[in-house]
Amino acid sequence: MESITGLILAKYNYWMYISLMMVGLYAMIAKNNLVKKIIGMNILQTAIILFYISIGAKKGATIPIIMHSEGHGHEAVHAVQYINPLPHVLMLTAIVVSVATLGVALALAIRLYARFGTLEEDEINDQVREAP
Amino acid sequence: MNQYPAFLIIAPLLAACLIASAAWLRRSLCFPIAVLGLGTSFLSSLGVAARVLTDGHFQYRMGGWAPPLGIALEVDYLNAPVLVAVSGAALVSLIATRQIIEREQGPKAPVFYTLMLLAVTGMLGMTATGDAFNLYVLLEISSITGYALTASGDRLAPLASLRYLLLGTIGASFYLLGVGLLYMMTGTLNMADLSHLLPALYGSDAIFAAFLLILCGIWLKAALFPLHAWLPGAYSHASHASACLLAPLMTKVMIYVMLRVMFTVFTPAYVFEQISLEGFVVTLASVAVVAGSLMALAQRNLRRMAVYIVVAEVGYMVGGAWLGNQTAWTGAILHLLNDVLMTLCLFLAIAALAGRMETTDFKNLKGLFSTMPFSMGALVLGAMSIIGVPPACGFFSKWFLLKGAIEAGRFDFLAALLFSSLINVVLFFRLFECALYSGDDHHGPGEHGHIEIHEAPLSLVASLWAAAAGILAVGFYSGSIVNNFIKPALM
Amino acid sequence: MLVHATLDFPGWGDPNAPAHLHVAPEYLEQAYEKTATPNVVTAVLADYRSYDTMFETAVVFSAGLACFFLLRVQSRKKEEEEEEDRYFRHLATDMVIRIRTPSMHVPDSPYLQQLDPYWTPRSLIVRAACRVLTPFIQLFALYVVAHGHHSPGGGFQGGVILGASLILVALSHDLRTSMKMTPEKLMGVLSPAGVLIYAGVGALCVAAGHNFLDYGALAEWLGTAPEAARSLGILFVEVGVAVCVMATMIIIYANLSSAGGHKQGL
Repeated sequence: MESITGLILAKYNYWMYISLMMVGLYAMIAKNNLVKKIIGMNILQTAIILFYISIGAKKGATIPIIMHSEGHGHEAVHAVQYINPLPHVLMLTAIVVSVATLGVALALAIRLYARFGTLEEDEINDQVREAP
Repeated sequence: MNQYPAFLIIAPLLAACLIASAAWLRRSLCFPIAVLGLGTSFLSSLGVAARVLTDGHFQYRMGGWAPPLGIALEVDYLNAPVLVAVSGAALVSLIATRQIIEREQGPKAPVFYTLMLLAVTGMLGMTATGDAFNLYVLLEISSITGYALTASGDRLAPLASLRYLLLGTIGASFYLLGVGLLYMMTGTLNMADLSHLLPALYGSDAIFAAFLLILCGIWLKAALFPLHAWLPGAYSHASHASACLLAPLMTKVMIYVMLRVMFTVFTPAYVFEQISLEGFVVTLASVAVVAGSLMALAQRNLRRMAVYIVVAEVGYMVGGAWLGNQTAWTGAILHLLNDVLMTLCLFLAIAALAGRMETTDFKNLKGLFSTMPFSMGALVLGAMSIIGVPPACGFFSKWFLLKGAIEAGRFDFLAALLFSSLINVVLFFRLFECALYSGDDHHGPGEHGHIEIHEAPLSLVASLWAAAAGILAVGFYSGSIVNNFIKPALM
Repeated sequence: MLVHATLDFPGWGDPNAPAHLHVAPEYLEQAYEKTATPNVVTAVLADYRSYDTMFETAVVFSAGLACFFLLRVQSRKKEEEEEEDRYFRHLATDMVIRIRTPSMHVPDSPYLQQLDPYWTPRSLIVRAACRVLTPFIQLFALYVVAHGHHSPGGGFQGGVILGASLILVALSHDLRTSMKMTPEKLMGVLSPAGVLIYAGVGALCVAAGHNFLDYGALAEWLGTAPEAARSLGILFVEVGVAVCVMATMIIIYANLSSAGGHKQGL
């Protein structure tokens, strides 16, 4: 029993990202409103960003900015003292990508709204079927 | 020159930025800059391919950092021909669609060129890179520009594009998540490094999950049959100019990425021995081939028909890659190159025809052999290649695929291939019958003598014939392509 | 399946997880020596993986471009047809004039200010507060860009803050005012210029005989040690990133908020 709770507690970050990802996927698949789908897409991307950041975490480590002082030269750097910088670098990129995708998606949604007067997908489909 | 791999990818990027600035200052400069950028890129890709022929695999270290730390471009026998095909096809389709772009986009034409160049940058980068995360960034560049390009088109294009965006983002996110799992388990993002570190972890469920996620992501982007929902809408409602660029390249580059993931990241030893998915995937591919062909048969519009042919062709390549023997792999890689040319030829021909009529419904095509002989001639060549008639290049790759299917004992895939070829015969001969039949019987036979030739613009027809000549050339030289590039790539 | 796979995952915060043992320590231990940049995230972002970051900037650029391409309405005639009623405020008397006939031409005059029918923030407090805040925000943004080597920050963050300060102007006044401050043409040139600065620095390295983006190549020209040149190279590209991000944020905001008209909207 203890091992199971230990398992859950040691890995709760992964459970969180999986549940967030499922929320995002559910919104993208099941929702009828296009803006809700776009929000779902954003939640999905954020879940993955959280996952990467949690890979980078290290217990008892600080932010990866090397302590240094001018003129003294510096001591050898111990990697254990600093958290992993690479996931942070990657996620900076991924955040920018998700912002870019969001911007384009919203632009498309505005175009659709201007053309069809609605953002409900079934109403748009009805209009398409009526006047192909 | 050692810098070719950098020029190959940076030239279109620089050109894109220059166009976007020039658009506000001197619009007339935009098109020449675009041609210059893609031309440089194409020449560099030839240089890269020549170097691969003499030296074999080589590496270009971005920023001078050695690979596990920095990002390197890796060029080898597998991607050198793909680079040539992608940059060449992009150049041809840019020159071909200039008139269409200027007419449809008006003042926004420079923006369109910029988006095209950025999309090509992304595709070339994906093909050349040796870093799994870098591939994701480049995938997003070509996707974001792809969404914008497909949104320019008829009334329904923005809707199709938004659907493409939502599904495409799911695909890219899956890929990113898979790469994240790999990073977590191994601590590296470099493909070659991954392939060294992974064998120790082959039994792990996390690695299996990563493999499945990456594969699903790629298949979504490549539009393999049950995941193809975005493709028909996106490519049939988009402007002809964007369809000519994206339809030949995007799915093919994704298939290349799949091959790269299968061969370099997870070696065939993992894909075919550790996990046994090949039975399922080949069945899926057979279904994709049959379903794509049948849906193509159901269409009454030339363009929608071509779009479903693309779906079927994706099935060919995925099936070939997963049959798991040298012959089938050869077939899949050769078919990838051929399919770039065939789809380019097909879509350029459709663009040429569409420029002279309202829609490309079959009923509008009557008498086209006499009014547009050059465009139709090229279309016939493209169709021959898709059906698989020698000496067009499609024959050779299909031959390898069929032989591979027999070697693997997968007769369902064999049957699917033959069935699809048969359907293609029906499809195209129905089309040619429409086009041969002149359709103006009520004018009386006397007027047949002076039907005016009403061709598409010269640049379009010339590029179309360049693509058609490429089909023949690759057909004639397919033996040497197989010997010089594909065989060493599979060693 | 995902849940099942977590059983193989290393625990949270485990310093011995494979992710921390392969490449990451090399970054941490060498970054300061090789690039003279204490912030390892910045060093990895803009030097080791600068090729990624260049394309990241290109992603931002293409997103701005895509929004412009999808939404911008350029034909003047159509706009004026859509704008049925135009509102003007006479500045001296604070009277609002409504003009219904679309064809009537209103001359540009210092006494008349055109208003948005939907969005007319008038609160003096908001305006004054934003006017005071904006320069400080911009100063802070410049600090974030320049100090990215030593503290969290860098081109993306600085660029976003800079863009946000200009968007604040649009929110507190109106879009027309802010578009006068940041003309579309200027932003349209700055956005690709940011990417050009980045790629140009990379191309300079090629010209100096090294590989693309190998800032060490610039050491001769800058007259510094290769490590300091790398540090400076990082600064140059960060400036490029900041310029591109700022311009793109404004382009995206202006196009999204006014659905491409650039006349009215939030």
